[in-house]
Amino acid sequence: MAITHDGPAPAARPQSTSSIWNDARFRGNVAQIVVVAVVALLLGAMIWNAQENLSNQRIASGFGFLNQTAGFGLNQTLIPYNESSSYGRALLVAILNTLLVAVVGIVFATILGFLVGVGRLSKNWMVRKVCTVYVEVTRNLPLLFHILFWYLAVLAAMPAARNSYSIFGEVFINNRGVYIPRIVFGEGSHVGFIAFAIAVVCVIVLNKWATARREKTGQQFPVFWTSVALLVGLPFVGFALVGFPLTLETPVLKGFNFVGGSRLLPEFAALVVALSIYTGGFIAEIVRAGIKAVSHGQSEAAASLGLKPNLSTRLVVIPQAMRVMIPPLTSQYLNLTKNSSLAAFIGYPELVQVFAGTTLNQTGQAIEIIAITMGCYLVISLVTSLFMNWYNRRVALIER
Amino acid sequence: MSDVAFGNDQPFVRKEILQPEPPPASLVGISGWARQNLFAGPANTLLSVVCLALAIYVAWIMLDFLVLRAVWTGANREACIAPGVGACWPFITARFGQLLYGFYPAEEHWRPATVFFVAVALIAPLLTPAAPYKKANALLFFVAFPIFAVIMLSGGVFGLRPVETRAWGGLLVTLVVATTGIVASLPLGVLLALGRRSKLPVVRFFAIAFIEFWRGVPLITVLFFATYMLPLFLPSGWTIDGLLRALVGVSLFSAAYMAEVVRGGLQAIPKGQYEGAMAMGLRYWPMMILIVLPQALKLVIPGIVNTFIGLFKDTTLVAIVSIFDFLGIIRAAFADPNWATPGTVYTGFAFAGIVYFIFCYGMSRYSRFVEERLDVGHKH
Repeated sequence: MAITHDGPAPAARPQSTSSIWNDARFRGNVAQIVVVAVVALLLGAMIWNAQENLSNQRIASGFGFLNQTAGFGLNQTLIPYNESSSYGRALLVAILNTLLVAVVGIVFATILGFLVGVGRLSKNWMVRKVCTVYVEVTRNLPLLFHILFWYLAVLAAMPAARNSYSIFGEVFINNRGVYIPRIVFGEGSHVGFIAFAIAVVCVIVLNKWATARREKTGQQFPVFWTSVALLVGLPFVGFALVGFPLTLETPVLKGFNFVGGSRLLPEFAALVVALSIYTGGFIAEIVRAGIKAVSHGQSEAAASLGLKPNLSTRLVVIPQAMRVMIPPLTSQYLNLTKNSSLAAFIGYPELVQVFAGTTLNQTGQAIEIIAITMGCYLVISLVTSLFMNWYNRRVALIER
Repeated sequence: MSDVAFGNDQPFVRKEILQPEPPPASLVGISGWARQNLFAGPANTLLSVVCLALAIYVAWIMLDFLVLRAVWTGANREACIAPGVGACWPFITARFGQLLYGFYPAEEHWRPATVFFVAVALIAPLLTPAAPYKKANALLFFVAFPIFAVIMLSGGVFGLRPVETRAWGGLLVTLVVATTGIVASLPLGVLLALGRRSKLPVVRFFAIAFIEFWRGVPLITVLFFATYMLPLFLPSGWTIDGLLRALVGVSLFSAAYMAEVVRGGLQAIPKGQYEGAMAMGLRYWPMMILIVLPQALKLVIPGIVNTFIGLFKDTTLVAIVSIFDFLGIIRAAFADPNWATPGTVYTGFAFAGIVYFIFCYGMSRYSRFVEERLDVGHKH
């Protein structure tokens, strides 16, 4: 599109001798058209090749396979599933297993990370050093190393069921996993649950009322302890009304194995422990950086206003530190969720293991299956970051 | 009351300032330090004792297992089968070649070794701030060295015996994957970062979509994608080497992360630099290449090193597509009946842990060193 470049230069307006290429907007548009063309060309070639390859290899395409019978069993299912269930059902089971590991891992990693992060700022030299060593060792070893270590070297080396390690005779650890007691809700338990729901509603209303009263009159109300009393007391009353239909089912050794209670797969235990320890190291650094980012002046100002140390920490330092910590914390939570895919190495039935592993082997529909797997992770990532962004906006500094 | 009292001839007024008293004995010396840092209050003392006990316990277990009760020589499992024996080091020495090079033919081991030493010789001056000829050095490492490494490692030309990538393994694969990831992802990441900060909406859209897609999925699925899906996207008849597939996946994946690191650097460059460059009449690319990128990349060296540490640790995942990296080959060695003893698994993990820790810790120390060096200029 060289319009004026080749033609005779008009003498009247000297600036028009400059090529149209000197117009930044024109250059930008050309660049964008080129980018679109290249991307379209690449995508087109990929789709065309894929179609040809698939028809050559006689691989079925489309998502019809999701309704076919899966034919394989899964050793941990949160929803009813058996071998005659469909691939779609297996996918659902796998997603739930991934989410379970992610949520449990996030809870433990956060607790561990906060403890160690605060420990690294402790006045106690010994505590500081131990926390530093923890952070350096966990962060500088690959996650897969952690997982395999806990799975192959620790849990596989646990004794057989007969010689299980027992914690207060309630929790048993052996090479088949971790057995924990289970609460069995009997007839009439719904009264207790309804009482709990009522308690939750009461707490929310109480919180609103207490805040409004404080804003208006300045009077404090012990919201925290009242809430605890409500949340514990109301369900207790509810269960008491129907005569406590709860029983604690403790795992009992029968023959060569335990009966009763809930069993956590060793894969699950290894995965949760490894993910929590690994991510905990990263969270500890985030917590430390966040607390250090709050300047000394803030806690000094709080002290000069007469706030006690624990109040100044809770009301002044932590809220400001959270502001710094939220974005990196989000990415750590996302990392943990994505890293739960390493379960495929030890055979915990999660998304990658069940879908990109077993299902891919059985059906051979690589494109659909890997697209679904990646799509699931993308959705999880997206939802998590949307939530954390919303939370971040809530706590963000509102400037004039 | 009256100003007469402060005359110089007053005998009771001191002429020189008193020397400060030494601090109380409870605050100085080792005992003072210990009192402040270890035994300030009963809770603190308890915490110190618990931590000390934990530290001693862990250190003793490691020392006992790795050194005191360890077996140092032997030909097979017989050496380590005795009860109460610690680490089985002959297991490591017997498989040392395999741990380093995988199934690379033994008589060709000099080739990966040469590549390794050339790499070290090129990287060391590149990472030393005082070393001269940075530009030539970088050019050698990022352009000439990959070609050299490919020729040396896979052979087939200059009379070098061809070695299939299926035979590669161990630390060699770990380093190949990590280095390729970083060498390929740096230019790609810079382009993506520029794209993301571009004023052209289409370019920005594609850059954001690419970056967020790869950052939103786990590396394992990327490896599955590269292994099972990539061959389908190539014209029929083309085959692509298994290791190369994984390398493509790892490069795309780390490019997305690198792009975010570089973007951080670009955002840290003050607007005046851009405006100054534009006032000098520089167009987009000369402005970026001559003014902005050199400053931005220098700022993000710690971030790049951290990405590299992450990549180095993530190379362990290639085992999922049957490529035997360092950890993968150690895990495979556990299955060897010749060395099946109760201590084998622990020995393997101890060795792997030490090697990974040395690499990663070394790199993280380096990144901290650069960070501190860069920090100096920014303090006002």
